[in-house]
Amino acid sequence: MSWIAKPRIAHPSLPKNSLGLTHRDYEGGMSTLCAGCGHDSITAALIEALFELNLPPHRVVKLSGIGCSGKTPAYFLNQSHGFNGVHGRMPAVATGAVGANRELTYVGISGDGDSLSIGIGQFAHAIRRNVDLLYVIENNGVYGLTKGQFSASADVGSKAKKGMENLQSPIDPVLLALSLGATFVARSFSGDKEQLIPILKAGVRHRGFAVVDIISPCVTFNDHEGSTKSYRYTREHLTEVTDADFVERMPEITASYEAGETTDVQMHDGAILRFRKVADGFDPSDRDRAYAYISERVRKGEIVTGLLHANEEALEMHDLSGTVEGPLVDLPFEDLCPGSDVLDALQEGFR
Amino acid sequence: MTGTVDPIQSTRGPRVNDLALKIGTVNGTGSASANGLLRRAIFRMGIPVSGKNLFPSNIQGLPTWYEIRVNSRGHTARTRIFDLAVAMNPATYARDIQEVRPGGWVVHDSSWPLRAELRRDDLTFIGVPMADMCVENFKGDRERILMKNMVYVGVLAALLEMDMEVVRELIQQSFARKKALLDSNFLAIQLGYDFARDNFSCPLPTRLERMDENSDSIVIDGNSAAALGCVYAGATLAAWYPITPSTSLIDAFSHFCERLRKDPDTGRNRFLIVQAEDELAAAGIVIGAGWSGVRSFTATSGPGLSLMGEFIGLAYYAEIPSVFFDIQRAGPSTGMPTRTQQGDILSVVYASHGDTKHIALFPADPSECFHFAVNAFDLTERFQTPVFVVSDLDIGMNDWVVPRLQWDDAYRPDRGKVLGAQELETMEKFRRYLDSDGDGIPYRTLPGVHPKGAYFARGSGHDQDGRYTEDEGGYVEVMERIARKIEGAGAQLPKPVVRDAPGREAASLGIVALGGVDRAIIEAQEILAELGIRVDYLRVRGFPFHPSVRDFLDSHERVFVVEQNRDAQLRRLLITEVPFPGEVLESVTRYGGLPFSATDAVEEIRGLLDGRGSAETSMTGSFA
Repeated sequence: MSWIAKPRIAHPSLPKNSLGLTHRDYEGGMSTLCAGCGHDSITAALIEALFELNLPPHRVVKLSGIGCSGKTPAYFLNQSHGFNGVHGRMPAVATGAVGANRELTYVGISGDGDSLSIGIGQFAHAIRRNVDLLYVIENNGVYGLTKGQFSASADVGSKAKKGMENLQSPIDPVLLALSLGATFVARSFSGDKEQLIPILKAGVRHRGFAVVDIISPCVTFNDHEGSTKSYRYTREHLTEVTDADFVERMPEITASYEAGETTDVQMHDGAILRFRKVADGFDPSDRDRAYAYISERVRKGEIVTGLLHANEEALEMHDLSGTVEGPLVDLPFEDLCPGSDVLDALQEGFR
Repeated sequence: MTGTVDPIQSTRGPRVNDLALKIGTVNGTGSASANGLLRRAIFRMGIPVSGKNLFPSNIQGLPTWYEIRVNSRGHTARTRIFDLAVAMNPATYARDIQEVRPGGWVVHDSSWPLRAELRRDDLTFIGVPMADMCVENFKGDRERILMKNMVYVGVLAALLEMDMEVVRELIQQSFARKKALLDSNFLAIQLGYDFARDNFSCPLPTRLERMDENSDSIVIDGNSAAALGCVYAGATLAAWYPITPSTSLIDAFSHFCERLRKDPDTGRNRFLIVQAEDELAAAGIVIGAGWSGVRSFTATSGPGLSLMGEFIGLAYYAEIPSVFFDIQRAGPSTGMPTRTQQGDILSVVYASHGDTKHIALFPADPSECFHFAVNAFDLTERFQTPVFVVSDLDIGMNDWVVPRLQWDDAYRPDRGKVLGAQELETMEKFRRYLDSDGDGIPYRTLPGVHPKGAYFARGSGHDQDGRYTEDEGGYVEVMERIARKIEGAGAQLPKPVVRDAPGREAASLGIVALGGVDRAIIEAQEILAELGIRVDYLRVRGFPFHPSVRDFLDSHERVFVVEQNRDAQLRRLLITEVPFPGEVLESVTRYGGLPFSATDAVEEIRGLLDGRGSAETSMTGSFA
């Protein structure tokens, strides 16, 4: 047996969202990852975020590449279509799926090997096309399934379990995404649900490509002394530069905050991104300043977390392409085939 | 093979509407529009004609040729020997002059003397001071260079007795919106025409005369026709990466969509074309879109096909509709990007690692490119597997005369087995990869349709429900079903076309070929018949092979498999997949990159017949 079914027991006292669904409706199969894996915490945070967003599960599409991260879509949203493709190529499949049906919600799960090595080209170009998708990088600095090789996000000086030291400079997905013009960039930690859930919710609602880099320690191959992606190291080096909240379009809640305490960014569907706390010198609306701030902190060995950049004005792939407003998949054939008269007329030009 | 007399060209004396001419120029000098004008004028005179552009992989400065074949009986395949050459490129004079048949003509620019060693006693040299005429009559370097092309059009119009009304009408149409160009072009053509009439005896014994063979025909290249097929089939998403010779297919799709696929109310696009970062992404985008329920496709050539390999295997195993146009060019590797070949047959049908086998369609001309494009979308959704339309540079980028394309307004897309929300609602359980109908084809659902329709599409090992498995039984069950599904497709693909040898008796010799060599083979079949060699001809149009392919092989003593690649890929495929004993299948290949000619087939087949009197003798010249 290569998969494990999860017993579906819904206790009557379980909380329900506005659709009348419980967390059970957002869960998937039993995880087969190692006990304590950061990825499982991310899965749990995603389930919570999607539950709180009141999204009908079958209207969400989950996609992934290959690796430990690639397995996780099996562990949430049992009632959603899922696509586990080839290594590093989830952005292409997502581009096609979003291209075909822009009305669904898309959640892509990737890893550091998937996004920063084999799939770095796809990652970069999906940002460039601004495909409307939540793009989660479960970043543990290591290749788990092949037993502990360094990934491209491993820091200089970071030690592998067997003692080798990484000497090559790392690729930071946040800095990369910012430099490529990503319209939503965040970093968080799998162990910080408080911070992660609102970021994931905002990322889902962002219209465009939302990059969420999540440090997610690998308990088996990268959680030892000398690793810079361990639970301990991450907790010790975290610097939260923004404390952002995601607020659904509900005026009464907006009114409960006093003016001047917060900075609000209005999202496309009317929801609000609310920055309650922003570190001195950091401006999430200014991409260049955010980049400078984060790279300076990275040099100091700090892991900067929070919602780091959001541009709610940017155009996504369909806007940029001038596509019809509804899903292409819903266009009736009669609107697509020009018919024999047009063909006859057209062919006069071929003579 | 050089030095042998081309049987088609062996006749002498006056000939009407039967000629081959070759124009040698330098790329980037604007000869394409002049050459196109010539070909279109001949078409409008009602005469069967083809135009083949032999061009370099380069922007400016290298040799390029345009070959026009005119034949009243409709034989418009390439010839290797020409009646007339227009030698405009000093760098290729020697070669161009060499390719003219004894008794033929060479038109050249006599503004400079032609080197004595280039002359041939058996040819007539027609010198026209084109550069001098253009310097005298036009201003500016660019116009002087461009108009030289129109001068030779005028010269040919006089020499071949073209209908000048038709030529003028075409110029009028081409430059209607550019008055200055219109006047210059008229003048240049008239200069050439008058010079030829004043200085040479016009027309030549080989000349043109009005016919009425084209009233129901069009001129189109295969890539444009395929793109039109995609529009008519209802394809809405194309993803691609630029690569010769497939680029013009997407360009044409874009062009037709801009004209035919705008929402009339909003002006927005009822299509999405994604120029991807590479062919890997292009394939992935097409697969993501096909999975989500739209008709999606890509167009590529050999190197791109290699890059798409991994994704093709995913689409095969996860059973996702997707259409791939492979416009073949000469390989391996980068090969010769602007030369034609049929070198991808095996890499298409077995694309990707592991056990895979793919449905492929092999159009022979632009008309079939149009119809097979439509077929491909129906087949890919019916069988839930990638479908390849395998064309080539000669079909895709050259101008072919084909019957007007017909469209049946009753056509509706075959979307295959797709379950909707209502069907799912009443189902107890949806099982994605279950063979519930016994035909190997499972039911699928589209994302977003219904909570009960969800499944996990994956390239990893899976069972009938799409669940990950490393279990032998569950894995093999799915693999066996997919094999059955693909095998069952063979009988539903376009049937082979069989063209019997002339006469009533059954022939013992056969030819099997596919794709763009078709017109050359039909001509070769006639030439061979004139030589007393009767050969039947079967043209394969799809893979897996139609059952009638075996019948044809069974009923002939010797079968020549004619193709444009080194390793006899079609022959290998027949041996493995019909399957059929290789001893009966003799190989005729010509793969140097130029379009196939009847002479190629005739010479090789005669050689094989002469070299082997009985079945016991060895297979000289064939691929063993």
